[in-house]
Amino acid sequence: MKLSHNSQQFIKLLLTYLLLIIIAVVSIYPALWIVMSSFKVGDSLFSEHLIPDQLTTDHYVRLFTDDNLNYPLWYWNTFKISLISTVLGTSLTIITAYALSRFRFRGRQNILTSMLILGMFPGFMSMIAIYVLLISANLNDSHWGLILVYAAGAPLGAFVAKGFFDTIPKALEEAATIDGASHTRIFIGIVLPLSRPMITYIALTSFTGTFFDYIFSSFVLRSTDKKTLAMGLYEMVSQRSSTEFTTFAAGAVLAAIPITLLFMFLQRFLVAGLTSGATKG
Amino acid sequence: MQNYARTAGILSAVFMGLGQLYNRQIEKALLFLCYNVFAWIMFSKYLPNAIWGIWTLGEHARTMVKGKFPKEYDHSTNLLIIGLAVLILFGFYLISYIYNIKDAYETGREREVYGSVKTFGQTIKNILTYSFPFVLLTVPIIGVFIFTILPLVFMILLAFTNYDRNHIPPSKLVDWVGMDNFMNLVQLSTYSHTFYKILLWTFIWAIAATVTTYFGGMLVALLIQQNGVRFKTFWRTLFIIPYAIPQLISLLVMRNLFNGNFGPINQYLAFFGIQNIDWLGDAFWAKMTVIFVNMWLGVPVSMVLILGVLTTIPRDLYEAADVDGASDFQKFRAITLPMILFSTMPLLIMQFAGNINNFNVIFLLTNGNPPCADCQYAGETDLLVTWLYKLTLDRQEYGLASSVGIIIFIIIATFSIWNYRRSKSFIEEDMIQ
Repeated sequence: MKLSHNSQQFIKLLLTYLLLIIIAVVSIYPALWIVMSSFKVGDSLFSEHLIPDQLTTDHYVRLFTDDNLNYPLWYWNTFKISLISTVLGTSLTIITAYALSRFRFRGRQNILTSMLILGMFPGFMSMIAIYVLLISANLNDSHWGLILVYAAGAPLGAFVAKGFFDTIPKALEEAATIDGASHTRIFIGIVLPLSRPMITYIALTSFTGTFFDYIFSSFVLRSTDKKTLAMGLYEMVSQRSSTEFTTFAAGAVLAAIPITLLFMFLQRFLVAGLTSGATKG
Repeated sequence: MQNYARTAGILSAVFMGLGQLYNRQIEKALLFLCYNVFAWIMFSKYLPNAIWGIWTLGEHARTMVKGKFPKEYDHSTNLLIIGLAVLILFGFYLISYIYNIKDAYETGREREVYGSVKTFGQTIKNILTYSFPFVLLTVPIIGVFIFTILPLVFMILLAFTNYDRNHIPPSKLVDWVGMDNFMNLVQLSTYSHTFYKILLWTFIWAIAATVTTYFGGMLVALLIQQNGVRFKTFWRTLFIIPYAIPQLISLLVMRNLFNGNFGPINQYLAFFGIQNIDWLGDAFWAKMTVIFVNMWLGVPVSMVLILGVLTTIPRDLYEAADVDGASDFQKFRAITLPMILFSTMPLLIMQFAGNINNFNVIFLLTNGNPPCADCQYAGETDLLVTWLYKLTLDRQEYGLASSVGIIIFIIIATFSIWNYRRSKSFIEEDMIQ
């Protein structure tokens, strides 16, 4: 029996929706599961149903009251480190990208090539040396040391921003130069307002990058009162195994919510950033 | 006409600032003279020591002499890193010296031509206008030198030393050992078996991870973009969620989801009568799990990118195909796929290179486990990067770890350069407007 064109179309659409729904379930299931687990009574990983029989906020309360956990302190440490290193790192990245995009000077090509090459080494290959440097500067086990490491490494990721600046027409700046505006005024008055989407993208990715960085923070920070969220959550899962799973779930949910919301709200900037990075290779 | 330029240049070559003095740029000359005197004092004090330190890596370890530790001892790795810092500074000094000669020569030229020189204020203004990019780049470049280049050169040099847990300064000295670490990896020895095994898995992983996320993303993008599908924005937003959740959190959550004993995945499978699968504990399943989880993380990005490409494909291509009576599949084969592949190929190769270095997924999900019986400090799912991490932090095999790092660099650099060449030739050929 040959199906009519319409019913063929119908079956195709039905299959499409079916697939879309399956993908949607797979996409959101882990998030749903961790949220449900965080409200579950008890502390084990195992549960009969996805939606627990009894709901409780005990685990959230425990995060803020248990002195052994120090969760609010981790949160505060992480927030502080990420915010400062994002501001510093993003400024450095934007400045670097602007200089490399707008000016033609001797050594420019060399700088671009070295940036590409440096990006090809595994990031933490330099950790031991950084550790020695931080010790000699008396900055190991300090938040400032970590901030310095994050911020100083940021300009190496300036390619995306450079690609963006390349697309802003030069005519604007040339007109301003004729009007007698200085480089600094052009940069602050014209270029920065135009690059808001790019700045948002870079700031957002660097904020989340540092907010949830485990490797460098666990390497630089030692004392318990300096711990970050990433370190605390990782240790909860890897060391105490699954015995405190529900507390971990609550901690993870609280940590993830602000970032996830930020991402969803600023989605269009992310998409713009991702695609511009793509076309520039 | 007097030959100011040559005289000034020679004077400045003899001692920094003399040429400027001769050119009657007093402020600049004083600045240069002071800088040079300072540099000479500093370098005469530290440079010989730095070169000696790098050359010998120290001669006296901190060992007991007559029941006491000596006050003076050599710390090999500190000697190396401080020596490198001094050498880099010396390099900058040499560059500034050359610049000083050039400046004296050019100012001399100005005197010959115009009969006058710039005042100090004019010079400053000049720097701010014409050297603006350098002014901008000063801080970033200093940061990159201290926190990226210096540490990297240090680690590259470590690959040629015997720095390991039997040679920890200051109680032991570290020595140059040439290519021994690389030979240990490549030739038959305890490490080479592990190295080849991990290298193979790294490539399998990188190919599988790249291909699955890419085609997964393409499938999702095509599904959303199909004619007749409604709420396109809704679906797209929903599918972006895995990208929005911080990777660290989702990976730690996945670790529990796939828990072999209590995890919900096995619980659901048991409902269908499937026995417990040890997702993270069995070598084969652990490999499957990391690839699947990576797909979950990576598909949204590919989807976003491919959705972007799909909107750029000209409609009339499809209309022409419709006129010719092409089926949906033929349209996909002849129009959509080539267009997507063409515009995302450089990105695909960069993703492949990135996956070779994909530390997070492996480290946070399996930590390289399950353990591999005949490997040296490595598990079944360890990539070269995670092995490098373990060799460094758990085993303190610094020299060996550095040589692994250099090998990773060579692999990635090869792909990147090839990619760059290829995409450049593509652009030059102007295949598609």
